[in-house]
Amino acid sequence: MADTAASGGAKGIGAHLGGHLRENGMLLALVAIVIFFTLVVRGMLGVDFLSAQNITNLFLQNSYVIIMALGMLLVIVAGHIDLSVGSVVGFTGAVAAVLTVNMGWPVYAVIPTCLLIGAAIGAAQGYWIAYWRIPSFIVTLAGMLVFRGLTLWLLNGQNVGPFPKSFQSLSTGFIPDLFAVGKPNVTALVIVAVAAAIVVWLGWRARARDAEFGITPEPMAMFLARNIVVTVALMFVGYKLATFRGLPNVVIILGLLTVLYAFFTESTTTGRRVYALGGNEKAAKLSGINTDRLVFLTFCNMGVLASLAGMIVAARLNSSTPKAGVGFELDVIAAVFIGGASMTGGSGKIIGVVVGALIMGVMNNGMSILGIGIDYQQVIKGLVLLAAVIFDVYNKNK
Amino acid sequence: MATLLEMRGITKTFPGVRALDHVNLTVEQGEIHAICGENGAGKSTLMKVLSGVYPHGSYEGEIIYDGAPLTNRGIRDSEAKGIIIIHQELALVPLLSIAENLFLGNEVASRGVINWPRCFQKTEELLKKVGLSEAPTTQVGKLGVGKQQLIEIAKALAKDVRLLILDEPTAALQENDSQKLLDLLLELKRQGITSILISHKLNEISRVADRITIIRDGAAVSTLSTAEITEERIIRDMVGRDMAHRYPDRVSNPGEVLMEVAGWNVWHPEQTGRQMIKDVSLTVRKGEIVGIAGLMGTGRTELAMSLFGHSYGRNISGSVSMGGKAVDTSTVQKAIAAGLAYVTEDRKQLGLVLEEPIVKNITLANLAGVASRAVISRGREQQVAEEYRRAMSIRTPSVFQKVVNLSGGNQQKVVLSKWLFTDPQVLILDEPTRGIDVGAKFEIYTIMNELVAQGRGVVMISSEMPELLGMCDRIYVMNEGRIVGELTRAEASQERIMALILKNETKAKVA
Repeated sequence: MADTAASGGAKGIGAHLGGHLRENGMLLALVAIVIFFTLVVRGMLGVDFLSAQNITNLFLQNSYVIIMALGMLLVIVAGHIDLSVGSVVGFTGAVAAVLTVNMGWPVYAVIPTCLLIGAAIGAAQGYWIAYWRIPSFIVTLAGMLVFRGLTLWLLNGQNVGPFPKSFQSLSTGFIPDLFAVGKPNVTALVIVAVAAAIVVWLGWRARARDAEFGITPEPMAMFLARNIVVTVALMFVGYKLATFRGLPNVVIILGLLTVLYAFFTESTTTGRRVYALGGNEKAAKLSGINTDRLVFLTFCNMGVLASLAGMIVAARLNSSTPKAGVGFELDVIAAVFIGGASMTGGSGKIIGVVVGALIMGVMNNGMSILGIGIDYQQVIKGLVLLAAVIFDVYNKNK
Repeated sequence: MATLLEMRGITKTFPGVRALDHVNLTVEQGEIHAICGENGAGKSTLMKVLSGVYPHGSYEGEIIYDGAPLTNRGIRDSEAKGIIIIHQELALVPLLSIAENLFLGNEVASRGVINWPRCFQKTEELLKKVGLSEAPTTQVGKLGVGKQQLIEIAKALAKDVRLLILDEPTAALQENDSQKLLDLLLELKRQGITSILISHKLNEISRVADRITIIRDGAAVSTLSTAEITEERIIRDMVGRDMAHRYPDRVSNPGEVLMEVAGWNVWHPEQTGRQMIKDVSLTVRKGEIVGIAGLMGTGRTELAMSLFGHSYGRNISGSVSMGGKAVDTSTVQKAIAAGLAYVTEDRKQLGLVLEEPIVKNITLANLAGVASRAVISRGREQQVAEEYRRAMSIRTPSVFQKVVNLSGGNQQKVVLSKWLFTDPQVLILDEPTRGIDVGAKFEIYTIMNELVAQGRGVVMISSEMPELLGMCDRIYVMNEGRIVGELTRAEASQERIMALILKNETKAKVA
């Protein structure tokens, strides 16, 4: 038997890129798509694709997909699927509308109530999946029908609105400018700059710690290049937003949730266990992991995020409609798979999912600006999903 | 006799492992050629190269078949040339009928429409050839393993087989089924079909084989003709060292009782009224290796898994105490907390997360050990993994290697590391050397000796009696869910263990 120890040593940048082809590939694809639309939109319509208003729109339009994709990643990593999230979006939006508009509840009571209802919905579905071993496809397909029906019943088939200003600010609100300079919005700039600094600092600290334990770090050039790209992109977006109406509340929610879930999946014991569960449930169970409870909690979490997304969608439309959230589950699931999660569970990253969702969002937005019909849009999005997964499988088999 | 097959200098590498190293193999027309070797020696890999599972180009060396070079792109290519392999895991569809299975992918049809009468007629002819009297419409899943094995052979016959490869065909068979199968092989030989028979069982080989090639650690060591075949010679070639040195030396010095199980009863999880473990009591002392011997299916694994967090069975009753105190082992978490660890016999399905790296597998059962307040320290985790990599000499380029890429022996060391990291008092090792090459076996034995030297207790379940005799201080003999005897190292012998099992069988039959 050959002893193949003692390779290690200094890996070249090329080798490192190759090893992280998926993550870097999707990021490059996103950048390429943005550049493509910037050029084409300017060339054909003479408009700036990266205008402050359009960037703001991009976030407002896609926030709900990203938020739910965070939870869906966990569901898919655990080896399951949740088809009900679109209907849960509609249902919690409807509940929020009935509570605020019809019953006059204050907003600070409505939001936690809706989040709890989301958790309860997740628990109701997760219970059958985790403890009765009913396939998640079936349970959540049933949930999809049930909660769509309940939405219609609750709203009597009518739109309910408008929401009070404070509820709308969930989606369309902006962080107030504390420095009162006017434009550009200094608060927004400061927040983004601090966020960028924290990202770089965390990366640097992780690198230093790894070095302490003798882990071969990624090449310095690679580390610098990535951080420069990320910082520049963040500052650019921040500046653009600052010159328009400032930082949307949704962006803050998104940023915080992304950091939280990235930390949860990569650095906590529970996060690690979800991956082990998806990779090999029996082995995880025999290693002392309470796999049933973990599956149950994964669905509860999905329910909470779906209800948050439901309120954001309702706030954005300023009314709850029976059709809200129809087909959202497909966008969310597509974003997760474009982001590199494995169909069989056990692998996938938060950053990948966010990038996957942004790819979908930028394409939606760009194609709409170009006036491409919804028919072609669907075809193109479908092909992109297929291509991303084929790329994955091809890389694995190589 | 003409040469049917010649494999020259076959070399096949997987990431981190060289599975085959310049193997030569010559098979004559019309012979039964046995291939013998320890688990993991490379027999199955060699046959996968021959049958096109690993296509031409994914290995080095050349294959001459029937006078021409063989460049298989896949199994279909080799099957078209009459090379058919029957794997250890049968490739039958249990919910389809015998007739449908026999002609799967090869249907008796014209323009895609199946001619059922003709299909049934052909099926009956084939079934007659292999000596089976079953209706062609019988569901394959309803047949026993022995009959399924015969169906596989009939399936090969349906494809006009010239070279039949059987990978441990009798491993899961009862004695009389094995005899039937071997008789059939001899019958096929008379009809001019050449066979390659991979087997561990020396009595089978000497009964049917014309020649035998012995493979050890990925290389063909020797090819012997029937006249030269003796058990000693085969073992010496297979093992590469004398039997006396197969087990590392150890001074046995058992201390006080660590674990005590009393009145343990377990029922089958699905079939009501079927008791799998009957009133089992056993003790494990500090610094002691206790063996559990028994035939396959006597409930050894069921006993171990029911003890470890009630992972098997229903209506479990009985008591477990560790160090004199009664403990609750009703969930895996509680069992681990009580100081128990269970190394499964099926490491790929039950022991490892194959797509995860070594480091994450090692810490999986004790994540708290590398985390503070539920936050994992990557650095501490890697340190732990590196320590075990050194201590267990896990051969890998890096602890970030996915375990799926490791050899069986190294995978087993990862599983052992995982459990040692939980710092157990008693380890139950279920077939710890299954699917592992001889060198790694010796390493695992050495690790076991270190464990008991540290004052832990080890329970070793094994189907290989020489291994139990070589390693254990005490051996419990199990049969049909009961412990039917207990032998000290001095008393134990292969004969006495078999005698205890058989005596119990006759008793059971009388009662």
